[in-house]
Amino acid sequence: MKFYRVKALLMRNLYLYKRSLPRIMDILYWPVMELLIWGFLSVYLEKLNFGGVSVVTVLLGGILFWELLSRAQGAVSVAFLEDVWERNFLNIFVTPLKTIELLAAWFLIGLVRIVLVGIVAGGLAFLFYKFNIFTFGIYLIPFVLNLLLFGWIAGLFAIGIILRYGSSAQIIAWGILFLIQPFVAVFYPVSALPQSIQWICWILPPTYVFEGMRTVLATGVLPFRDFLLAAGTNAIYLVLVVWFFFRMFARVKEKGLLLKLD
Amino acid sequence: MKKSIIKVNNLVKRFGNVTAVDGISFDMHEGDITGLLGPNGAGKTTTIQMILDVITPTSGEIRIFDLDMKHHREEILSKTNFSSPYVTLPNSLKVWENLNVFAGLYGVRNSGAKIKELVEQFDLVDSLSKLTSKLSTGQLTRLNLVKALLNDPRLLLLDEPTASLDPDIADRVQHMLLKIRKEKGITILYTSHNMKEVEALCDRVIFINHGKIVDDGTPADLVKKYGHEDLNDVFLHIARSDSK
Repeated sequence: MKFYRVKALLMRNLYLYKRSLPRIMDILYWPVMELLIWGFLSVYLEKLNFGGVSVVTVLLGGILFWELLSRAQGAVSVAFLEDVWERNFLNIFVTPLKTIELLAAWFLIGLVRIVLVGIVAGGLAFLFYKFNIFTFGIYLIPFVLNLLLFGWIAGLFAIGIILRYGSSAQIIAWGILFLIQPFVAVFYPVSALPQSIQWICWILPPTYVFEGMRTVLATGVLPFRDFLLAAGTNAIYLVLVVWFFFRMFARVKEKGLLLKLD
Repeated sequence: MKKSIIKVNNLVKRFGNVTAVDGISFDMHEGDITGLLGPNGAGKTTTIQMILDVITPTSGEIRIFDLDMKHHREEILSKTNFSSPYVTLPNSLKVWENLNVFAGLYGVRNSGAKIKELVEQFDLVDSLSKLTSKLSTGQLTRLNLVKALLNDPRLLLLDEPTASLDPDIADRVQHMLLKIRKEKGITILYTSHNMKEVEALCDRVIFINHGKIVDDGTPADLVKKYGHEDLNDVFLHIARSDSK
């Protein structure tokens, strides 16, 4: 792997971000809006007093983590789609760039965006609601990394589908995470769901992250079991999605679909 | 004896029941400018895409610089480049940003100096700070060529590089390509529907139709062989011969 090629692709996205209002909005506007709506709702609910449960902690923690996950996924998918929209994909693929370098660049773009979202949304949560997610920072970092990884996995899956089935499948890039949102315990614990569907929750890595996040926020202790299960299931999904991506890419080259992507 | 740059042997590409390229073989040597000609759908672009490893051949062999793509992709593509008006550089980036990104992807050393040299040569200095979307068609073609020359390629694949250019700019591009070939000995595989341009530029042409090579020779020899006035008539003869 040559870092200068990864850096070139990273620069290709950063050049764009610095003067594109829609892209800056995509990073900052939606997380801020979500934070304001859910934050004020949770302040209101807190006043209703639900038996000592901190509604602010539960909802704001959930929304902050959810935004980190969805922005990480979006970053990977959009980094790919930018070159599809610009009909530049072929130019990229006739360079000596290796597929693994392309994946590394997408991963780094996801990392950049997640850091930006974390700083802005975390800062606003503290400013408006005195909610300091960094109080437990050291314990939350392992969970944040797992979210970043799953966001990247979901993004790569969406790219594989779009590569194979063309631009009409772009909707996958925007909707893929909402398919699993009800099952990953973002705002409520898994125990709140019917017993018969809880197995779905436990095969999805973000479930362990959101459950673990609530434990950290409530007790200040890192639930090591949740962390290990998140990392373990993520590792399985990572292997599967990389295999899926390479398989889709090989099919696309067989069918000559790269030229038709726009 | 000149070095072998491309060696294509019995190359076949099928898309389902459609055979786009049907057992073609040809080779190219260092410094050659070869025109790959034929009507739309003849298999030219598919052939170029297979040489660039963007489409996987159904069967056959492609060797570039006497290396196979499967094991030497990075080495081959670092010395190869491509330009087509149908594949654009990102419109939302400035010209210098696009060139910087591609210089990075090709690992160009001293990229600033290389970009400066090429934009001067292609008269794009004043466009460096412009958004790519603001360039005219002629400027875009020249920008694509600058991108294609960033890595000092030994092999250049040009897919209709002068399509949609006015005759003045097309003529200038032609002269630039001849100059570059003379100075650097680049091997160029060229597709075009402008037969006058092909006659002026190419040492040799390969006519392809329905995925098969139907003729191969210098433009002058082919004109003589078919008893026509020019290469345009030869093209029409070959393109229409199967419909008679």
